[in-house]
Amino acid sequence: MSTLTDHLETLSNARGISGAETGVRRALRPLLEGHVDKLWVDGVGNLFAHKAGTGASPLRVLITAHMDEVGLMVVGHTGEGALRVDTVGSIAARVLPGLSVLVGEDALPGVIGVQAIHRANRGDLDKAPGTDKLAVDIGATGKDEAERLAPLGTPVVFATRFRQLGASCMGKAFDDRAGCTALVALLRGERFPFDLFGVFTVQEEVGLRGAQVAAYTVAPDVGIALEGTLADDLPKEEPDVSPTTELGKGPAITVMDRSYITPPRLLSHFVQVAEAEGLAYQFKQPGIGGTDSGGIHRARAGVPAITVAVPCRYIHSPVSMLRESDLAGLVSLVDVAARRLAPSILDRSA
Amino acid sequence: MDTFKLLQDLADAPGAAGREEGIRETLEPLWRPLADEVRVDSMGNLIALQRGSGPEPRPAIMGAAHMDEIGLLVTGLEGAFLRVGDLGGIDRRVLLGLQVRVHGRRDLPGVIGSRPPHVLPAAERQNVLPWHELFVDVGLPADEVAALMRVGDTVTIEQPLIALKSNRAAGKALDNRASVAALTLALEALRRRHHAWDFCAVATVQEEVGIKGAITSAYGVAPDLAVALDVTFAKQYNDSDSGTFELDKGPTIGIGPNFHPQIVKRLIEAAEGEEIPMAQEPLPGSSGTDAWGIQLAREGIPTGLISIPVRYMHQPVETVALRDIERAGRILAGFVSGLEEDFRARWEDEV
Repeated sequence: MSTLTDHLETLSNARGISGAETGVRRALRPLLEGHVDKLWVDGVGNLFAHKAGTGASPLRVLITAHMDEVGLMVVGHTGEGALRVDTVGSIAARVLPGLSVLVGEDALPGVIGVQAIHRANRGDLDKAPGTDKLAVDIGATGKDEAERLAPLGTPVVFATRFRQLGASCMGKAFDDRAGCTALVALLRGERFPFDLFGVFTVQEEVGLRGAQVAAYTVAPDVGIALEGTLADDLPKEEPDVSPTTELGKGPAITVMDRSYITPPRLLSHFVQVAEAEGLAYQFKQPGIGGTDSGGIHRARAGVPAITVAVPCRYIHSPVSMLRESDLAGLVSLVDVAARRLAPSILDRSA
Repeated sequence: MDTFKLLQDLADAPGAAGREEGIRETLEPLWRPLADEVRVDSMGNLIALQRGSGPEPRPAIMGAAHMDEIGLLVTGLEGAFLRVGDLGGIDRRVLLGLQVRVHGRRDLPGVIGSRPPHVLPAAERQNVLPWHELFVDVGLPADEVAALMRVGDTVTIEQPLIALKSNRAAGKALDNRASVAALTLALEALRRRHHAWDFCAVATVQEEVGIKGAITSAYGVAPDLAVALDVTFAKQYNDSDSGTFELDKGPTIGIGPNFHPQIVKRLIEAAEGEEIPMAQEPLPGSSGTDAWGIQLAREGIPTGLISIPVRYMHQPVETVALRDIERAGRILAGFVSGLEEDFRARWEDEV
């Protein structure tokens, strides 16, 4: 296993829904210590890693990857001892039936089952129950036991364990532990000409919230968000005019998504670097999803920002899949493109 | 035998209906030291004989539990993806995001792909997908998929057994590996316990596609009596109380046209005699179990049924109370051990 997939495994298996990212911070620290000049955590839980530059460039560069994953939170307890849950971040309810999950700090195993197919009404078999009709069964025999084992607010994550399938990797939370893995690789590499602030952000899945304050704190000249983005390349009935991204075709450069628009010179810079270096890349279908760049670009008086991502199938479901070459490609592209950033690329008055 | 470990070995083994090799190869070495003879018949049923102590010709009782599990069948290759269909009654509601094992030229892990919510209209996020929109992804490029997989390969659920609180376990295929575990515990108990009758334990095949293995193995074994072991519906938070049974309050004994009243009576007595909790389960028609097939083998076989309550049946997280498995094994062992040499002749004379 390469260092990249080794780190992806560690980070994918770490647990941290939005607002409860401690497990991921704990997994990141040992990967960063000794490779950066300073590590600290801010008031909302963002993990900052400062790597001083060589002094050759006056820029301050912010690179983010979000630590939080989509998951569930305990919102109640049934008389039988099952845990009522609601989603944290966007999850289609239809992926929940039949799942095994891990509950709380102690990772109690739990399951989400529905009424047996033999007993369900025929009409119910084509519509997944909403989260309000589902509950997590941890084996508690009554309400008191359930409340004691998993109090209100307890986070619940998918129990999926990382595994490698040839050139692909399968696991939970590649959105955005893939981005975290790439940022770790950049921070462990050679010093950059500029001061680099690598920030592992919180609460991206509930509104790009950690990145917003991180960008305020760093007050950078430019922001780069590293993501695990959606690949929607399953075969479809209708001819697919916009397959979002595809696995194996390199990192995806974002022109715009639901949360921001990449400034044209910054966009051209990344494309030109990829072309000049012969690095595979693709464009992400515009207009879908939000990323940390949405929080960064309107920090203070505005920060030019761009999102570059590893295509991942089935994000926001219990199992995502990516191609190792795309992850390595993201690290290479961002490394080279960042090293060649110049103030002229960021200045729009010129 | 530690019940969780036993159930883990049995439940984690693959064996979709008609492709039971994986579970049979796991089970055979467990049964061999407990039996006088072990054989596999032409359908693939695993049959273990424990000779009784009565004089020959000895009557024989068959204990049957199906070892096949529900799964999927590869119905087509589409580039790097596999199209699949149902094998035995899987619940489509659990398929999106499900981890699976594809049994091709070699076994490969995979996942059933689900489109991300970002590209789904809100109204579609609860839609359960039809088969033609479901694909298995093994993460390999199309040429490797074509070399390793063929139409007709089976796919099983990948969900290792997990321990829950209160001595419960959840996993795939507890329908009916929970009963295979109980049958194994009965074999173990009867090894140490006197029984006049021959005891024939049968792990049957192809129950989920129509009780096939039970029908042929009952013919082949030609027992004088039979007891099938299967699972029944446990009470759960999202189902009604009618026709469901509490977990960890003991197995159920089936009552109805599928079951001979003398066997029902003796099974209940066996439970009561050993102070094992159980419930009586009225089944007015087909029990939907091996018992339904066995009853009509040859000239007709008096048959009974012991069922273990399971939550979330035919889903990857079927949930069972481990003590109910142990209790089912003890009731069966008590029943077999208590059979007098002339048990059947006696009540036949009474009619």
